[in-house]
Amino acid sequence: MAITYTSGEQVEVYRFSLPATILIPLIALFLQAWVPLRFHFFSIFDLPLLITIFFAMARRSQIAGLLTGALIGVIQDSLTHQPIGLYGLSKTVVGFGASSLGVKLDAENAGARLLLTLFFYVVHEVVYFLIARGLVSLHMTWSWPHELWSGLANAFLGIVLYAVLDRFKHRT
Amino acid sequence: MESFLGRYRNLIVLTAVLFAQILGLAVQVKRTSDTESSRLIRVWAVGAVTPFEKALVWVQTSTGNLWHNYFYLRGVRAENRQLKEQIEYMRLEQVRMSQDAEQARRLQALLAFKEQFISQTMPAQVIGSSGSEQSRSVYIDKGEKHGIKPDMAVITADGVVGKVLHVYGSTSLVLLISDQSSGVGAILEKSRLQGILRGTPAGEVTLEKVMGDETVLPGEVVLTSGGDRIFPKGLPIGTVTRAFPGSELFLSIRVKPAANLSKVEEVLVVTRIDERQAEPDRSNAGRAVDILAERLPTVPPKPENAPAGTATAAPPGTTQNPSASAASGTPQKAVGSPNSVAGPEAKPNPPAPAGGGPPVARKPAAPGTAPAVGNPPAKILPKTVKPPAQPKPQPPAQDNPQ
Repeated sequence: MAITYTSGEQVEVYRFSLPATILIPLIALFLQAWVPLRFHFFSIFDLPLLITIFFAMARRSQIAGLLTGALIGVIQDSLTHQPIGLYGLSKTVVGFGASSLGVKLDAENAGARLLLTLFFYVVHEVVYFLIARGLVSLHMTWSWPHELWSGLANAFLGIVLYAVLDRFKHRT
Repeated sequence: MESFLGRYRNLIVLTAVLFAQILGLAVQVKRTSDTESSRLIRVWAVGAVTPFEKALVWVQTSTGNLWHNYFYLRGVRAENRQLKEQIEYMRLEQVRMSQDAEQARRLQALLAFKEQFISQTMPAQVIGSSGSEQSRSVYIDKGEKHGIKPDMAVITADGVVGKVLHVYGSTSLVLLISDQSSGVGAILEKSRLQGILRGTPAGEVTLEKVMGDETVLPGEVVLTSGGDRIFPKGLPIGTVTRAFPGSELFLSIRVKPAANLSKVEEVLVVTRIDERQAEPDRSNAGRAVDILAERLPTVPPKPENAPAGTATAAPPGTTQNPSASAASGTPQKAVGSPNSVAGPEAKPNPPAPAGGGPPVARKPAAPGTAPAVGNPPAKILPKTVKPPAQPKPQPPAQDNPQ
């Protein structure tokens, strides 16, 4: 489990084909909406967040990362009845942060991915919680055990998911 | 300047994107009742995701139907027999309850009550969810083109599910009663205490606004009160699981929803609720005793040349044989107390024995009648079931032949 600090020249930058760029987030959003109906426990996962982190870390471009996060988040918001922008803002921040760290860290191994996903999951939840309470006045309760367990579950799922999605990466 | 923009380009874009979203959020929060400002984005997003969901649900349903309708037929015959028996029992139960309902309707009519009833529903299939723990809502495969409108009630056979929130072309978003922004007017079945049913951030359902000095016991059924003008009165919502003192002098009452909200698959959208003044039903619908009389065992008609002494009066409380009355052209009716034959414990009568044997007499013959033992069946039956005290109906023209 190592997070290696590397120089910009050592870090690989990847790109994705257009179908993969469009379809992977769409499939993630679809699965996020459909699977919890059959398997209720699945609602603790946040597939769109994992996709946002993956794209941001692979592309290592802050603008691409934040725009990807904003777009995925806004679509995710559109499927809920809450105001649009809650997930959008949270995933914008995560996309920017993940791509910023992706530039500085070599996040290709499983250990680094586990820790980064756990970290960004918590960041995402904190931003969402603050916006929901501060701007939208939603009644929300914060539970560290719940967030950490959910973060760990997402991190482990992320390791598997990233390994699958690595096949769609093209080296620039 | 150019170097400044180039140096902080990423941060400037981040700030711009965040600012735009916060601005949009503020606009939406200010216009809480107006969803038009974000409708276009929602329509696009729903249009992008729901076709996948519909296709997958269609494949799943088709496969399931193929399996259940063609391959998995083991035990269907036995199940069919059981269901028929159950229908028979429920038919009796329904008639008995309709009498009670009729009585209630008469009383309501006296008080000029207006009653609500569901006059039209539309079945719909759940195709997806919002995918968020903060938004407990599901998508159904019926929308504007099917006549769905916002604020329509969504129910299942078990109980209330939620209400339609957003309507799109061929899909709709249903807000579940477990969502924290939902509110349902509710009433406790026995204590008749009224409150508001709300969801919690954790997805639980609570009944609010019930005063702390009231007594609410676990297990009590919660029904819709009809006060919200969305759900008709009397639909089951759930049962009380726990009640304890909450904040601000009110009780905190946990409710377990009657419908399984986490696994809801098919729902009914209430597309029309009618309101009318209660009127007693004057159609004189069948009584439980009539239904039971139809199902009495068949007996052969009484021979024309039967000895006069065999047709004697039956004591009050005996049941008239339907076959006999049918043979004589009189309507099939049962004599006696309805409660004695239509109670919940009423069981279907045993069928007539094969080979024309005598059916079981339901009450001993009155004193003075011919003994049943040793007599042939055709002579036994009239003694116990035929009411001779009732004169045969005569046509009006024959009342005064002179």
